[in-house]
Amino acid sequence: MNKKSSRLFAEARKSVLILPSMVLLLIFFVMPILLTVYYSFTNLALSGENAKQLKFIGLSNYVSMFKDRTVRISIVNTLVFLLGSLIGQQVLGFLIALNMRNRNRIFRGIVGPVFLAGWIMPEVVVALCCSTFFGDEGTLNQIFSFFHLPTVEFLFAIPMATVILANIWHGTAFSMMNFQSALDGVPADIEEAAKVDGAGPFQTMLRIILPCIKNTIATNTMLNTLSTLGVFGLIYMMTGGGPGTKTLTLPIFMYRQAFISQQLGYGTAISMILLVIGIVLSVFYTRVMRKD
Amino acid sequence: MYWKFRKTVPYVVLTLLAIIFVLPLLWILLASFDGNASQAVKMPTQWTLDNYKVILSSQTNQRAFANGLLISFGQSVLVVLFAGLAAYPLSRYELRYKSLFLYTILFMTSLPITAVMVPVYKMFLTIGLYDKTLGLILFLTATSMPYGIWLMKNFMDNVPIELEEAAWVDGASTLASIRKIIAPLMFPGICVVFIFTFSGSWGNFFIPYILLQTLNKLPASVTLYQFFGQHGMIIYGQLAAYSAVYAIPSILLYILSQNYMSKGFNMAGAAKG
Repeated sequence: MNKKSSRLFAEARKSVLILPSMVLLLIFFVMPILLTVYYSFTNLALSGENAKQLKFIGLSNYVSMFKDRTVRISIVNTLVFLLGSLIGQQVLGFLIALNMRNRNRIFRGIVGPVFLAGWIMPEVVVALCCSTFFGDEGTLNQIFSFFHLPTVEFLFAIPMATVILANIWHGTAFSMMNFQSALDGVPADIEEAAKVDGAGPFQTMLRIILPCIKNTIATNTMLNTLSTLGVFGLIYMMTGGGPGTKTLTLPIFMYRQAFISQQLGYGTAISMILLVIGIVLSVFYTRVMRKD
Repeated sequence: MYWKFRKTVPYVVLTLLAIIFVLPLLWILLASFDGNASQAVKMPTQWTLDNYKVILSSQTNQRAFANGLLISFGQSVLVVLFAGLAAYPLSRYELRYKSLFLYTILFMTSLPITAVMVPVYKMFLTIGLYDKTLGLILFLTATSMPYGIWLMKNFMDNVPIELEEAAWVDGASTLASIRKIIAPLMFPGICVVFIFTFSGSWGNFFIPYILLQTLNKLPASVTLYQFFGQHGMIIYGQLAAYSAVYAIPSILLYILSQNYMSKGFNMAGAAKG
């Protein structure tokens, strides 16, 4: 055996323990990604004529996607849901983390878990207690009528805002925790020095705190973007994508096309939008992590 | 006056926010003990355990909880086992493809799985895994493998190699040294991976909803949704009780994980002293 092949052999022998994971990942992770790309170029369907024979139809799905008004609506909805959730979760999470600093321990001990609770709850429970909270006779409307304000049919009148609020309720704690540990890392002496030099709270924030935690803001935004793009259950359970198409995001539209209209090929083409955005962001995320 | 104001404002704002945040959950808690629960938060006029009795005595629900536990447990065991094995060469050996593999893994941790579910459904129909609990467990395991391997590798890096060298001298095989030396030392880390996987799996709605069909195979996440859709809007008390019972494992696991998290990252002490 020559030197090169014996080295390869040694590497292979050392890697035996990775094999089970590798096989599992290839079958159930890599394969689905490849199939997503492949099916998006086919007429795959669950019923009807197309179900009988799988045909390669080139870019047809993509062409119809560009003509499909509902695709445009759901892309816009996805972006609105994403931006609303990102801004809400991060601004709120940051403000909570910032204001929780230097508070008394008992207060932190009571208030902290309250914010965390929404994050710990499983998705179904989140959808459910937000549906009742924003319900026609729900807690929020009861509070409104207590103050003699007009009640609102949240899930019909402003469904998108309502699901965004539900997602903020659920996700804020994740940002809060990330910002808490980032803020703990801001050197106290620099902050003190800035104060001594006469910097106001606004300037300290802008010049000291924000630059110190900018990496956390970046990774937090990316992780939140990736998880928000994939949100299905919360919206599906609260509004089902409706009324009409008002909360129809890409995952819900993908689901409807694939399982209600039974056009798997077209449904897959829609999920390609999600997959491509996910891949681009993940590459970006990996590069940032690599530098650290 | 101004300083006093500046000091109280955060307390007031945080308290108000906390009250808003707690209300949706308070509803679950109060309504679940209420004989005439409504959609809004209110003190029960008649406290009762009936809602819990009805929910817990239903065979369909018991089955759903058992299914959920089986799926989550199966997935967590497989993730710990496979990720633990894979982490060993990645942590201990010099391998040429190592950094490529690790970055691919990191890349995979953040991909939205939602995007591949339609093809997975078709794939499962084709290879006969659709509506099979085992198939679901295997798929869920694969989706958690990337972060499982990533975490396990990092935890294992903290276990000093000196202890193993001693075992090698005594003639221990690789598997024996993983089992007898590394696993006990990184036990808190293993718990973290197990708990993360378990609670992610317990809360997962979309994947079992797509890959399972038969009613008596469904886990609690899916049956709770169905309960909610079918008559949830009428029997609020039972719905709340169902949610409360279903949320308990998530809460317990979170508390447990906090305990292990701090230990998991401080395991480097073994070779000292």
